[in-house]
Amino acid sequence: MDGRGALRHYILVGLGFALMVAALYMVFIYVPTDKNTGAVQRIFYFHVPLAWIGFLAFFVVFVCSILYLTKRDIKWDVIATASAEVGVVFTSLVLLTGSIWAKAAWGIWWTWDARLTATLVLWFTYVAYLLVRHYVTEDSQRARLSAVLGIVGFIDVPIVALAVMLWRTQHPGAMIFEGGLAPSMLATLIVCIAAFTVFYIILVTQSTRLKNMETDIRDIKNSKID
Amino acid sequence: MKGSVGKIFTIFWKDILLEIRTKEIITSVLVFALLVLVIFNFAFEPETATMGLVAPGILWVAFTFAGVLGLNRVFAIERGNSRLAGLLLCPVDHMVIYWGKLLGSFTFMLAIEIVVTPIFLALLNLPLLLPRLILIIVLATLGFTSVGTLFSALAINIRARDIMLPILFLPIVVPVVIAAVEATVVVLQGDPWGDMLTWLQIMIAFDIIYLVVSTLVFQYVVEA
Repeated sequence: MDGRGALRHYILVGLGFALMVAALYMVFIYVPTDKNTGAVQRIFYFHVPLAWIGFLAFFVVFVCSILYLTKRDIKWDVIATASAEVGVVFTSLVLLTGSIWAKAAWGIWWTWDARLTATLVLWFTYVAYLLVRHYVTEDSQRARLSAVLGIVGFIDVPIVALAVMLWRTQHPGAMIFEGGLAPSMLATLIVCIAAFTVFYIILVTQSTRLKNMETDIRDIKNSKID
Repeated sequence: MKGSVGKIFTIFWKDILLEIRTKEIITSVLVFALLVLVIFNFAFEPETATMGLVAPGILWVAFTFAGVLGLNRVFAIERGNSRLAGLLLCPVDHMVIYWGKLLGSFTFMLAIEIVVTPIFLALLNLPLLLPRLILIIVLATLGFTSVGTLFSALAINIRARDIMLPILFLPIVVPVVIAAVEATVVVLQGDPWGDMLTWLQIMIAFDIIYLVVSTLVFQYVVEA
């Protein structure tokens, strides 16, 4: 990492740390307990940012996949993988935190509601994406095939969403946009989203660096053998 | 354009001829689809009341799984002896190869469904010819094969291809499965056309989107 890159990295980590501490303070101390559902409602401040950033991560995969196929620069493939990995972890956490909340609020761990189903389908799609990457050994072929999947998989998202929405829905959703959220709760949510966005950027840049180093080391090893 | 139709048909006819001579895909997948129907009869109590509710699901699970098996073969028959390289060396656009293969897999799946559906309806004591069900089957099969042909070509390049095709294919076709099952419920209960319109629209949208996208990205999948 050169000087400017290092500086940028430390600024990002510092910002992320400050935001995360602020988010924790706001979620557990500042924001009042929800009248209807109680303390378990606080999961919402982690659940919603994770869901949105998870979705953003898959959108980044989609954009990087198109860029790879048009520009053929391996850089885009590396960013796409890093983003897909973070997206799968975040989406897994969305499903987990959602289940914990649902058990308290609805009395069940899981239901075949529209958003739950759509999120699960999304999770499967990108797990398949990572599996394919694992099963293809040659670099350019792996980049090419996974880019196709990154495009084909993401295009499915609106169709899945539409189909399951018509199928059944019981997930609370519109509240955030209809202004049903108290100002203190909205403020907490915004800080949490900011914290998780910076966290996502740190994870993707670090993972990208790591993957580039792995490639460099492999190239050096191979050149020695030759 | 007129030239491409002829070329598409040539590739399609090659697969049909191969299938007529080997009878490899249709026979095995047909027997598999029938077995799925039979196995489900053991999984659920075959009483009329419950069967009416689960029947559409059984039919579409059978078709989805049979589809995966059939689609696995679509490009697997091109492996070995550089057959795929030979196919790609044809002086045609890669889109033409995709459409030829798509037409083949669509025909194979439809052939299986033409046999399985009446048997399924007979097991349920329903009329053997339901025109609306035919429409659903055609739309859903087009959806399955549009994305399935693309994934079949993709899967031959990767290790563990037999298991990877269903893992890739099943999440993507979830909207088609939901729409097909819901529309079949409407047909089997004899409800009016209006009730299944939304589901038909979802399948049509899926078909168009994936036919266009697959046509565009197919070249990247087969590129050497």
